[in-house]
Amino acid sequence: MKKQKERKTIQQWLLIGISMLFFVVMLVFPLIEVLYRSLKEGFEIYINAITAQNTLSALRVTLIAAVVAVAVSTFFGLCASWLLTKFEFRGKQALSTLIDIPFSISPVIAGLAYIMTFGRMGWALPFVEWVNDLFGTDISLVFSVPGVVLATIFVTLPFVSRELIPVMQAQGTAEEEAAAMMGAKGFTIFRRVTFPHIRWGLLYGIILCAARAFGEFGAVYAVSKARGKTFTLPLEIDALYMAGSADSITQAFAVSSLLVLLAVVLLILKQLVEYRGKREQ
Amino acid sequence: MSTKRRKRRKRVLPGYGLTLGITVAMLSMFILIPLASVLVYSFGMSWAEFWELITRPNVVQAFATSIGCAFVAALVNCIFGLLLAWVLVRYEFPGKRLMDGMIELPFALPTAVAGITLSRMYSDQGVLGRFLENFGIQASYTRVGLTIALVFVGIPFVVRALQPVLTKLPDTFEEASTMLGAGRFYTFRRVLLPELMPALLTGFGLALARGIGEYGSVIYISGNSEKEGTQVVSYLIMQKLNSGSVDYEGAAAIALVLLLLSFLLLLFVNLVQIAAGKRTQQ
Repeated sequence: MKKQKERKTIQQWLLIGISMLFFVVMLVFPLIEVLYRSLKEGFEIYINAITAQNTLSALRVTLIAAVVAVAVSTFFGLCASWLLTKFEFRGKQALSTLIDIPFSISPVIAGLAYIMTFGRMGWALPFVEWVNDLFGTDISLVFSVPGVVLATIFVTLPFVSRELIPVMQAQGTAEEEAAAMMGAKGFTIFRRVTFPHIRWGLLYGIILCAARAFGEFGAVYAVSKARGKTFTLPLEIDALYMAGSADSITQAFAVSSLLVLLAVVLLILKQLVEYRGKREQ
Repeated sequence: MSTKRRKRRKRVLPGYGLTLGITVAMLSMFILIPLASVLVYSFGMSWAEFWELITRPNVVQAFATSIGCAFVAALVNCIFGLLLAWVLVRYEFPGKRLMDGMIELPFALPTAVAGITLSRMYSDQGVLGRFLENFGIQASYTRVGLTIALVFVGIPFVVRALQPVLTKLPDTFEEASTMLGAGRFYTFRRVLLPELMPALLTGFGLALARGIGEYGSVIYISGNSEKEGTQVVSYLIMQKLNSGSVDYEGAAAIALVLLLLSFLLLLFVNLVQIAAGKRTQQ
């Protein structure tokens, strides 16, 4: 059903032109701007900025939070999408709406929610202290690295399930049921029958989840106050930018360029996954 | 009889109890219980206290700014999102794949990075800021800049909602309409738009929800001035959490209103989708 090449009318060129203009001004310009500003003062300042102690510490925290958040979201996504696409039960619609909550809630509220649960005035603080006493640990769930991880999990939890549910819905349950009738056990069914169908969707969800986890700002900002200890890269960028001097602003853009690079890599991966997924269908 | 059969079908596949348990437990632990804390905290206040906290002039103004700018941005996104989706689905042109791949840049780019970059670009020394100044428009540190930032974060929602629907919509629709003598605008308004409406509303709702709660990409460009009316709701909440001026009650009260707004929008999007599903089934 390939369309024949037809001559484009003036209106069509006009529409393409306007979209191109919008695309370049809104999306391409900012990318160029970050790279230009990060390298404006020369390469040495750039290297200094991205190897500063605070930046490296922030990079470490960012990686920890992202890896944990992606793992949690993947595990949750697999369970939730199996539940919501393979079974009929009462309250299914409500459950699937609840899962989507983090998409439409301000990330600042996520941070606030954790402070009110585990913070100084939080009702769950005695419980955390009790656990700490019991095991002789000193874990705090806000203003600490675990707090940053929790806040990141909050905003990224539904990313994998959202990509998997439509794929598994389209797949139906016939193949799995056939496998079950023939005596396959639960995990074997998943691994041998379901997984081959959903792997590109799964990978796609993981990529989107990782992108969000690396870049989360509002939620983490609320529960992380110690620069050089619990700051993530976006928070470090904020601190450098807010310092206000021309040098520190350049440094902020230098650190930003790391995240831009990551975003571009993730976008390219996403395109590849999308392409492979389409070709296999 | 049919319910009995359905019940037996349910048992065929394993893992119902296990996945139900894990899903509900994780959802409660990471999302529902923390959110419930905000509710419980707000319910500790009397109605009069709560009302006093959320009707302070700066709070009302922040809500007006957030909702107003997010609404305008979502409208702009509907227009350009429709245009971009249309062009990407219907036409071939150089740079198309790049455009398609980069539409989701706002999802992938950290909001703080987007925020500082846009703020610099639209300041009076930035490339686009100087350009706009020729027309007497000051973008950075005004609501104009704030709206531009929200257009940036919201555009992928609309494009991604429309693309699959447009792909499925055969161009015989327009051909038939044109053959029957309808003009281009009439065809668009009466034939295409009704088909696209559910997807457009979904994209609008998602972009609006995101815009109302947005923090990272707007705080740098908006200037956060109470006098200029450029403080957004998330900024106000964050301000109340910062050491020095900690005000948990105020934060909880504002957050509750914001939560309510988000739930209404989520409900709206779900209703649109259910209505659209019913329509195509008939």
